Amino acid sequence: MSEILEFVDVSKHYGAIKAVDHVSLSVKQGEFFSLLGPSGCGKTTLLRILAGFEQPDTGRVILGGQDVTDLPPYERKVNTIFQSYALFPHLSLWENIAFGLKVAKRPKKEIKEEVDKMLALIQMEDQAWKKPDQISGGQKQRVAIARALINKPRVLLLDEPLAALDLKLRQRMLIELDLFHDEVGITFLYVTHDQGEAMSLSDRIAVMSHGSIEQLGTPAEIYEAPRTSFVAAFIGDTNFFDGIVAGPLQKHSPFGGTRPVPVDKEYSRLIIGDLPDLECYNDKQIKEGERIFLSVRPEKLRISREPPKTAPHLNVIEGTVEDVIYLGAQTKYWVKVGAYRISVIQQHSRFLLDEIPIKWQEHVWLSWHADDGFMLEKYDEQDENLILTPPEEVGETMEDVPIAVAASEEEYRGDSAAEVPVS
Amino acid sequence: MKGQTRRRLSEWVATLPSFVWLLLLFLLPTLLVFAVTFRPADPYGGIGSGWTLASLLTLVNAHYPAIIWRTIWLSLVATTLCILLATPMGYYMARINPARRRLVLLLVILPFWTSFLVRIFAWKVLLHPEGFIKHLLMFLGLAGQDTSLLYTTQAVLLVMVYTELPFAILPIYAAAEKFDFRLIEAAQDLGATSLKAFVSTFLPGIRVGLMTAFLMVFIPSLGSYVIPDIVGGPTSEMIGNKIAQRTFVDRNLPNAAALSAVLALAVLVPMIAILTLRRKESPRDVLIEEGV
Repeated sequence: MSEILEFVDVSKHYGAIKAVDHVSLSVKQGEFFSLLGPSGCGKTTLLRILAGFEQPDTGRVILGGQDVTDLPPYERKVNTIFQSYALFPHLSLWENIAFGLKVAKRPKKEIKEEVDKMLALIQMEDQAWKKPDQISGGQKQRVAIARALINKPRVLLLDEPLAALDLKLRQRMLIELDLFHDEVGITFLYVTHDQGEAMSLSDRIAVMSHGSIEQLGTPAEIYEAPRTSFVAAFIGDTNFFDGIVAGPLQKHSPFGGTRPVPVDKEYSRLIIGDLPDLECYNDKQIKEGERIFLSVRPEKLRISREPPKTAPHLNVIEGTVEDVIYLGAQTKYWVKVGAYRISVIQQHSRFLLDEIPIKWQEHVWLSWHADDGFMLEKYDEQDENLILTPPEEVGETMEDVPIAVAASEEEYRGDSAAEVPVS
Repeated sequence: MKGQTRRRLSEWVATLPSFVWLLLLFLLPTLLVFAVTFRPADPYGGIGSGWTLASLLTLVNAHYPAIIWRTIWLSLVATTLCILLATPMGYYMARINPARRRLVLLLVILPFWTSFLVRIFAWKVLLHPEGFIKHLLMFLGLAGQDTSLLYTTQAVLLVMVYTELPFAILPIYAAAEKFDFRLIEAAQDLGATSLKAFVSTFLPGIRVGLMTAFLMVFIPSLGSYVIPDIVGGPTSEMIGNKIAQRTFVDRNLPNAAALSAVLALAVLVPMIAILTLRRKESPRDVLIEEGV
């Protein structure tokens, strides 16, 4: 697979603030690639650098083998779907779509053919002469896509295109975007703060924070094997246990006696405050005595009224149900265990009317396999604020004022770009 | 239904004062001027009784076509210059940060704090043969000892542009402030150069402001009287000066009224035409923008 787009050591500062901090990354031809991160993580700045609206302080941008770093926006073979679309309000939809070709002074006949083709693609032939304020948000997005695609860009840039839409419409446009991508085969570079959008659309995702890439990989890699606690918390829900690594797992001899025997160096024992010791797969070979976060996704936990049968590498803790939220397809429980409030999601595989559901204030057991937890380095409080801050208002680019933290650049190139379905 | 009626009523009550104001102080005087045109003048500078077309016939004056032509021409040039200067200014003001913007806005309206007459007399000092500007131009070799800056058509034009510029900047700025500057980026993204993007998105985006600026500058310019009187010479007379002459020198009000009526019609007819065209475009926008 050839690389259509490369950022090589790109940095951008606004005063003392590092918006983009030595980012290198490459996007393959035809890929749907997402830049995902909280507001102020530098994702939009990176996009604007590619579009040519910002000049990087250092680094190069390579597009289709050509260094475009010093080219003005109008000489770059990329087109952008702007947040809230930026359709020209004084022009009809037809004229909006034709804009790029008109500027390029293409023959009238060709413009007409191409625009009509685009209108057919977005199925809006009958509305060609409407003005942008006469159509719905979803239709605006389609026109914006047509207006960009008609120029046959090498990469289509999408800057939070769904943020202006309501939830229902967003879900529909998500599917539409995916279909468009399959249909036109152009590389998409998609910027979003919404992990759901990124997960469902992307071939690969780069999770960004503080101007650098935290992790790069397929959606499944990022969800199932987050490399940092920031990624784990930002992508999906997770429970964090604050603990210390306490050496390899030990087991009492099956032949009686009290002398413990180490069983498996792959697994580590963790001391977590007032909870019983837990086990976790230690793929990163984190050393004894290190302070870590144990991250366990809510859906990996099993909740039961009876103590579960013991099994190797099964962690079991006891607690009290504090809250039950019935969500139709699943139920979410909040369970108080020691000082922790743990969220548990239980899928309803089948519904038995005579089954007595677990209720508020009940005593329950939570269990999960040691492989389903991750030991991650602790993130600092600033990161936590970033994760908890709700996304800023649509249309406002907070990218210009990111929180300045010199995060070490972590770059990880996914070896396989193969699509792994997300369950 | 009842609520709607009540709202209608309260809207009426709210508009009534300004409506009465316009009726008494704008519409009625305008109609009076039209009416006086058809009255004879009395020897004491008042208005006689009876009706006559005499004043209308005085409009057929060999001097008038040149003066009317000069009035329209000067006003058009002044308006064009004002808009050319105000458009980049409006763009700039809409793009700078709010704190800076307030300061610039203050500077734009600062001249209004000084009396209009005082400011024009100030220009007389500035353009004086022994004044600073003259000396500077002579130093730069752009003017000779006997070049006159004052009492010329250029001086009138200069002071007109100076006086009217804020009236062009304000509506253009108001329109530019509401402009979505991402449209310029969108146009550049689609392959337009910076200039092309500016012309194809910004200018149409502020067209209501441009039209308002045109009217706000062009109409008062047509009625200019003090400026040509103070900084202009005999070759830069405008209709306003003639109206003043008929009133104060000739003491012939009907003749002055006839000239005023011509001027008023010259302003009103195109303005009504433009407003009608704009109303067709979108009635609500026009009303909102009119409040600028």
